[in-house]
Amino acid sequence: MQPPLRTARLKEQFGRFSMGAPLALLLIALFVYPVGQLLLLSVYGKNGFSLDEYRRLFTSSVYVDVLLITLKISLITTVLSVVAGYPVAYLISIMTKGRKASLLFWVLLSFWTSFLVRAFAWIVMLGRNGVVNKLLVSLGILDAPANLIYNLGSVLVGMVHALMPLAVLTMLSVMENIDRRLPLAASTLGARPGTAFWKIYFPLSLPGVAAAAIMVFVTAIGFFIVPALLGGRHETMITQLIIVQVQQTLDWGFAGAISVLLLLVVLAVFVLYDRTIGLSTLTGGTAGRGKEPGGWGRNFGDLTLTWMGIFFDQLHALMPRRHPRAAEESPSLLLRGTVWTIFAVISIPALLMIPLSFNSGGLTWPPRGFTLQWYEQMFRSPLWVQAIARSLLVGVGTGILTMLVGVPAAFLLVRGRMRGKGAMLAFVLSPIVVPRMIIAVGLFYFFAHVGLVGTSIGLVLGHTVVAVPYVVITMMAVLRNYDIRLDLAAQSLGARPLATLWHVTFPILGAGMMSSFLFAFATSFDELTIALFSSGGLNATLPKQLWDEVTLQVSPVIAAVSTCLFLFIAALIWIAEWLRRRSRV
Amino acid sequence: MPSSSLTISAIAKRYGDVVALAPTDLDVAEGEFLTLLGPSGSGKTTLLSLIAGLTHPDEGLVRIGGADVTFRPPYARDIGMVFQNYALFPHMTIEENIAFPLKMRKVDAAEARRRTAEALEMVRLPQVARRFPRELSGGQQQRIALARCLVYRPSIILMDEPLGALDKKLRDQMQLEIKRLHREMRTTIIYVTHDQEEAMTMSDRICLMNDGMIEQLGTPDDLYFRPRTLFVADFLGESNLLPGKVDKVSEDTLSIVLADGRVTTSATGNGGTFTVGQEVRLLLRPQNLAVKKGAPSNGKLNARLTDIMVTGGMTKLYMEGLASGVQSLVAAYPTRNLGTRREIGEVLELDWHATDAVAIAVR
Repeated sequence: MQPPLRTARLKEQFGRFSMGAPLALLLIALFVYPVGQLLLLSVYGKNGFSLDEYRRLFTSSVYVDVLLITLKISLITTVLSVVAGYPVAYLISIMTKGRKASLLFWVLLSFWTSFLVRAFAWIVMLGRNGVVNKLLVSLGILDAPANLIYNLGSVLVGMVHALMPLAVLTMLSVMENIDRRLPLAASTLGARPGTAFWKIYFPLSLPGVAAAAIMVFVTAIGFFIVPALLGGRHETMITQLIIVQVQQTLDWGFAGAISVLLLLVVLAVFVLYDRTIGLSTLTGGTAGRGKEPGGWGRNFGDLTLTWMGIFFDQLHALMPRRHPRAAEESPSLLLRGTVWTIFAVISIPALLMIPLSFNSGGLTWPPRGFTLQWYEQMFRSPLWVQAIARSLLVGVGTGILTMLVGVPAAFLLVRGRMRGKGAMLAFVLSPIVVPRMIIAVGLFYFFAHVGLVGTSIGLVLGHTVVAVPYVVITMMAVLRNYDIRLDLAAQSLGARPLATLWHVTFPILGAGMMSSFLFAFATSFDELTIALFSSGGLNATLPKQLWDEVTLQVSPVIAAVSTCLFLFIAALIWIAEWLRRRSRV
Repeated sequence: MPSSSLTISAIAKRYGDVVALAPTDLDVAEGEFLTLLGPSGSGKTTLLSLIAGLTHPDEGLVRIGGADVTFRPPYARDIGMVFQNYALFPHMTIEENIAFPLKMRKVDAAEARRRTAEALEMVRLPQVARRFPRELSGGQQQRIALARCLVYRPSIILMDEPLGALDKKLRDQMQLEIKRLHREMRTTIIYVTHDQEEAMTMSDRICLMNDGMIEQLGTPDDLYFRPRTLFVADFLGESNLLPGKVDKVSEDTLSIVLADGRVTTSATGNGGTFTVGQEVRLLLRPQNLAVKKGAPSNGKLNARLTDIMVTGGMTKLYMEGLASGVQSLVAAYPTRNLGTRREIGEVLELDWHATDAVAIAVR
């Protein structure tokens, strides 16, 4: 090999290394090592290797029951979220640009509104003196307020409410890529609307449905906020057990064993998904094909869809006829009605916090008089003020660190020519797959040994681990849409690589990078699981402070905090949207 | 006269304040190949969508085979449509795609299989039946989209720029293929394109559209040799348009004085009526101009050569006119080995047959 060529090769290799190494090191030190250690603790205690923890897990039926309840709640949540989310995603996907943006804003707003705020809103709504009871009594449906909370129903309401936006956004990304002319083509070929939908559109949207289902299911399985706040003793979920083991008994071995169980369930779900549908659909690939047509499963599905189509066409024929020109301008009343109802249910709980936060009568409905005392209490309390300041600090820190390690890695994954890209991507995304609670407990154990518990640095590091996969995915999408010939043009005009990056690449990618940053910031700002342990006793972040308060007592100050959070998130989304629009010019 | 398969009367469509289609009438005979030609935004796709029932008109009527279908949904119109990017269903095999319209019409399975195989045979792709659309090349997908229409023999097939995505060679091949299928099936075809060459070679009649209106409707010959407006003359093929005035009007020939008043020439009318003194443009197609070396004062049109272009089969000469009012001119003749050598800057004399010169009224 000629010397200049060799230096060029070395330079390239060094470049690749320096782009990928920081993220890889971060994930190894703060994700692989702590999680591995926690899992190891389950079989390797003070007395060496033993399976005692697992024996304990399965001898009593308590833990198996909790696992079964977790699976049951997660499954029902998944089905309800997907079924209710489908018409919403469908309507958004067929909207014109302007109206789409405003509908999407509401979905994003509830997606980013803290789970805590939303769960708290349901406590207020469903309580004995809450809005729902008051409404039902005044309508004469109930004689006296009923027990609507702390049961399976309230947990499901809270879970579906929490996770449906995720289902909508996941399905929407697939639906937006379905060629709108295909149902039209079916129509010219003789298919009635019902048939065109069920035989053409619906099968094409199935990868989105499947992706939404697995995302919701895996998130639901690791949930603890909703069952803890809205559930009773019979709705305890598996992550709540882990919290108890860590916070109350400090039994690391047993926490590790439960984590292993949880992790195995999640992995089993992914394996099952991969076997039946194909994991590639999650990152936007087409559904696993090559299946020979005519298998019995396919025939059965085909027949079902045919009957669905005929059924809906019959139904359509019975409906009052609308003038075709009106039908062309807007989707059917039934669809719009359904979607607006779902939207109302999504938005009302959080919006209800606003009047309640100014209510001199506290959290009772209807509001009695106007007061600012709850806001005063919040801003007078050093606990709240410190928590807000800390959350802002940790959020900005997380945003910066995530961008520093995530953006180069995204460049490498999109543009680098190297082997093992798939494996690298899978590694980067793995913090999404592993339930957040397991990472949180692992990090707590690790931080406790290196003295990072209760520090802002520890929180930034922990939040970076969970935020970085999203940043890498977003940046990869942004980079894929970027015309690399612009870089080549700049270089042909005499710009060196760094100058190209500074003068051409970054200015064009600016909006995408800014929204990635906001994404990381919002993830950290809303993060509770890691903060629950690693923020220590005194230096709480805002979600941690909120959690402590909510579990202690339901006070109107929380409504004031919730309102502030809600408006803050709305402003963030508005800024991100504004940036996105401005970059289109 | 063959019965008409499509009648459109006074149909119009607006989107807000934008007039996509001004009130328009159109009659298409059974078995006819009619092309809607025009620049983008001229209303041709709107017209096609109105015929297909993908959108509904603000006023007017659409009749197919005598029945009023103005507000009928697409599935109840007995039409077939080939979309620009084919719109094959990606989750179905080729076979299933072609059988889809038959299934919608409740044709029994055995019969559907037979007709599907027949349709595949017709487009010469029997071997791809079990494959999925994305495994096929663009040209093959195009044929399948055609087969999916042919299989249920709709009374009208609508094609929306079906060859737009193919390269030149494949496009030529597919043009022949569509012509062959049209001959064999005798179906009415309404074809949208913005490619004037495609329209010329394929159509029985061309409907040239501009600005939401029909500019001229006629055979390719009509449009090419007897354009009614300057837009038509300019849109179809290359043209020289010389400003002039009508000097004398006799039965089918006119006498025209060109702009600077020195040259008088006779010309054919384009079917319109002319009066003495009327301002006109004289249309001369490049290939109808005879060019020879000449002195500047021979009475005919003189021009100075500015550029020579050999475009394969044809050689084109670009010139600037020496008479006032005549800006640039182009002449074309078949390229010949060892043809006359011309120098840029030399002065040429241009001549033409009176029958090749067409007068067009200036509106």
